Amino acid sequence: MALLEVAGLNKAFGGVLAVQDVSFAVESGLVYSVIGPNGAGKTTLFNLITGIYEPTSGDIRFDGRSIVGQPPHRLASLGIARTFQNLQICMNMSARENVMVGAHLALDRNLVKGMLRWPALRRRDAALREEAAALMRYVGLDGYVAAAAGAMPYGALKRLEIARALAANPRLLFLDEPAAGLNPKETAEIDELIRRIADQGITVVLVEHDMKMVMNISDRILVLDYGKKLAEGSAPEVRANPDVIAAYLGAQHA
Amino acid sequence: MAQFLQFLFSGVTVGAGYALAALGFTLIYNASNVINFAQGEFIMLGGVVMVFFMHTGLPLPLALALAIALPAGVGILIEKLAIQPAKGADVVSLIIITIGASLLIRGLVQIWFGKGTHGLEPFSGHAPISVGGASLQPQSLWVLGVTALVVVALWLFFSRTVIGKAIRATSCNPLAAQLVGIDTQRVLLISYALSAALGAVGGILLTPLTMTSYDVGIMLGLKGFVAAVVGGLGSGLGAVIGGLLVGVIEAMSAGYLSSAYKDAVPFALIFVILFFMPRGLMGAKVTERV
Amino acid sequence: MKRLAMPLLALTLLLLPLLLPNSYYYDLAIRMAINAVIVLGLNLLIGFAGQISLGHAGFFGIGAYASAVLPTHFGWHPLAALVAGALATALLAALVAKPIFRLHGHYLAMATLGLGIIIAIVIRNEGMYTGGPDGMPVPPLEILGYEITGERNWYWVFAANLLLSVWLCRNLMDSPFGRALRALHGSEVAAQVVGVDLARYKMAIFVFSAFFASIMGSLTAHYIGFVTPNVADFFHSIELVTMVVVGGMASVFGSLIGAVLLTALPQALVSFDGWETVAFGAILMLFMIFLPRGLVPTLAARFGRGE
Repeated sequence: MALLEVAGLNKAFGGVLAVQDVSFAVESGLVYSVIGPNGAGKTTLFNLITGIYEPTSGDIRFDGRSIVGQPPHRLASLGIARTFQNLQICMNMSARENVMVGAHLALDRNLVKGMLRWPALRRRDAALREEAAALMRYVGLDGYVAAAAGAMPYGALKRLEIARALAANPRLLFLDEPAAGLNPKETAEIDELIRRIADQGITVVLVEHDMKMVMNISDRILVLDYGKKLAEGSAPEVRANPDVIAAYLGAQHA
Repeated sequence: MAQFLQFLFSGVTVGAGYALAALGFTLIYNASNVINFAQGEFIMLGGVVMVFFMHTGLPLPLALALAIALPAGVGILIEKLAIQPAKGADVVSLIIITIGASLLIRGLVQIWFGKGTHGLEPFSGHAPISVGGASLQPQSLWVLGVTALVVVALWLFFSRTVIGKAIRATSCNPLAAQLVGIDTQRVLLISYALSAALGAVGGILLTPLTMTSYDVGIMLGLKGFVAAVVGGLGSGLGAVIGGLLVGVIEAMSAGYLSSAYKDAVPFALIFVILFFMPRGLMGAKVTERV
Repeated sequence: MKRLAMPLLALTLLLLPLLLPNSYYYDLAIRMAINAVIVLGLNLLIGFAGQISLGHAGFFGIGAYASAVLPTHFGWHPLAALVAGALATALLAALVAKPIFRLHGHYLAMATLGLGIIIAIVIRNEGMYTGGPDGMPVPPLEILGYEITGERNWYWVFAANLLLSVWLCRNLMDSPFGRALRALHGSEVAAQVVGVDLARYKMAIFVFSAFFASIMGSLTAHYIGFVTPNVADFFHSIELVTMVVVGGMASVFGSLIGAVLLTALPQALVSFDGWETVAFGAILMLFMIFLPRGLVPTLAARFGRGE
């Protein structure tokens, strides 16, 4: 059984259908990429699956259970984590605290215990501080462990989002354009990071513009165009698909 | 029946005042997504300035013009000196800024005008008109008539004039409005001036019936906000309906239940509305884009 | 600095009485401490969680009147009255907050403002129990047969209270709960996707903050020995918000500085009717425009240390 199954998904904004009858399945342990021209509905699709938007119709199943209409914080408890194309970093906190927040659900969140410096809670928090630092090093943020989030450059913040998502110990990780705005060297590093994450057994769903990176690391690729599914398959299959070529090269090819 | 009519008349009359305040909230909210906590002070200013100029012996039309123009000027000042410099601040900061403005206005009026309560002669005498056994003050007719006129004028302004359409475009999408050449800064200034003028008109109209003093703004402003929420925040028609509804409910509960708690009723109403229909009567459901 | 802050505060509170020449200054110091504790609680809500309450004086008022009415008219023990008042406040805050935290932004401001006004109206109207606009005396606080009286004894009660509150607040903000709260202030979407139930956390801190204010209302009523409806008034709520703004959003020590400065201010303005309102209005606007982070965080940033 696939880890994530999407069936007949629709989303309308006013009269505009941003996502139209999209179906696909993501097998456990794969790197699954969603590509398509600008405005193809990729981020909307992400927002639907991760509970930020509610679909107009259709079903989304995670581990066999329907998750439509569940708020994002419930999805997090099932093991779904994500990053954002337009960064969502808490600038009022330190970089390390941003990562620590990622582990929110694994902690004792009791208000009274927190207030009283409950010993077990403090011990867990102290351990978490180290884990967060280790995660930051894992994503390549060695130099920023003591930094304030507000003082970090764009590329580092992209990695910080990944570290935060990993801190939740997810089974399914959505990465929304992790390489956008990065230079080729940084892109190559992110490429390598995603591979390492997948090797850990975390299923990765990726929205990305950088074609080279997508073709490189994806086990399967879904192509969206105008909110509709255009093609799905392995990298060579998608590359050879005439519809995909037409959509990407447009009228010149036709 | 006569009693019911009596309560209805007084409810609709103050309700018209709330409707004007609610329209003021709606205008600024639509133009800039800010709830202007100083809205009530414009109502107070309208009444107090009118009283002041009538006492100095100015002719009515001139006093009227000043009592509308001065608060409108204050509205412009608030936008220019307090809202604009804090551009990009979060909701809580903007709330605090407009509260600061409202305290400033109230305090200055208290110093200048004293703590006393002041009345104003009704525009066309005291002789009540008898309707179905209830008596209707001529001033009530003024309140309702002028409010109706204002509502129609606003509707024409927003649907027929270029500036009105520009304001609507800005409220829909400020960036896009800017790109097509609308001076959004000017739109904001106009919105504040207009909203202050609306409040002032309400204050001038109601003062002969309810008296005024430096501290009436907060209550009137709050009830105007309740009206705006009841109607659905952001909807002009909703603001008018909400205003009348809040006025009538307040008058009925004062008459039939307890006059001591009449001021508490609108606030109790806001909780009922937020609980059962958070978008109000006319509010639209929106999906927030991330 | 971080580690020294608590001992420094304890030392200051310990040595302060040496500098207080008479009971007038004791009283001033006590009022500062009272406000500091309420402002701490309010800052958890405004500064840390990014939500606002314009009705905290109402919650303070419920506590104060619970401690006045229940022992006087129903023979309750003052401590039982204090607890009952705080629980009632928490319950009321929870009921009110439930529908509001599903909505965005401005609703909480207006709803808390409205709630505060309703509370003040109730206190003024139920004269049979509350003495109406004139207020009523509050019986002394008695713990284990010992009655707390006099500024000097009360000073130690409030100093200990302040120290404890600072400790609790700092712990809370450094705990998983506090991090979730700060995270939702920084980015609601980010907090949501890591599993923070936004409405629940906002509600918890709002209720807690109201609970805090109610307890302080009770203690203050016992200290002064008299309550009037003014304690629940809108202007008192605004004073508290101003203290948060001036001292510094999301700053524990900012709350103390804000409370100290602005408790002293009305004393300076006491004979100028109306100017107090003007001063608070001007302070609010100027700070939000020119120094939106408040004194302590701005100074801390200037001298290169975070809190």
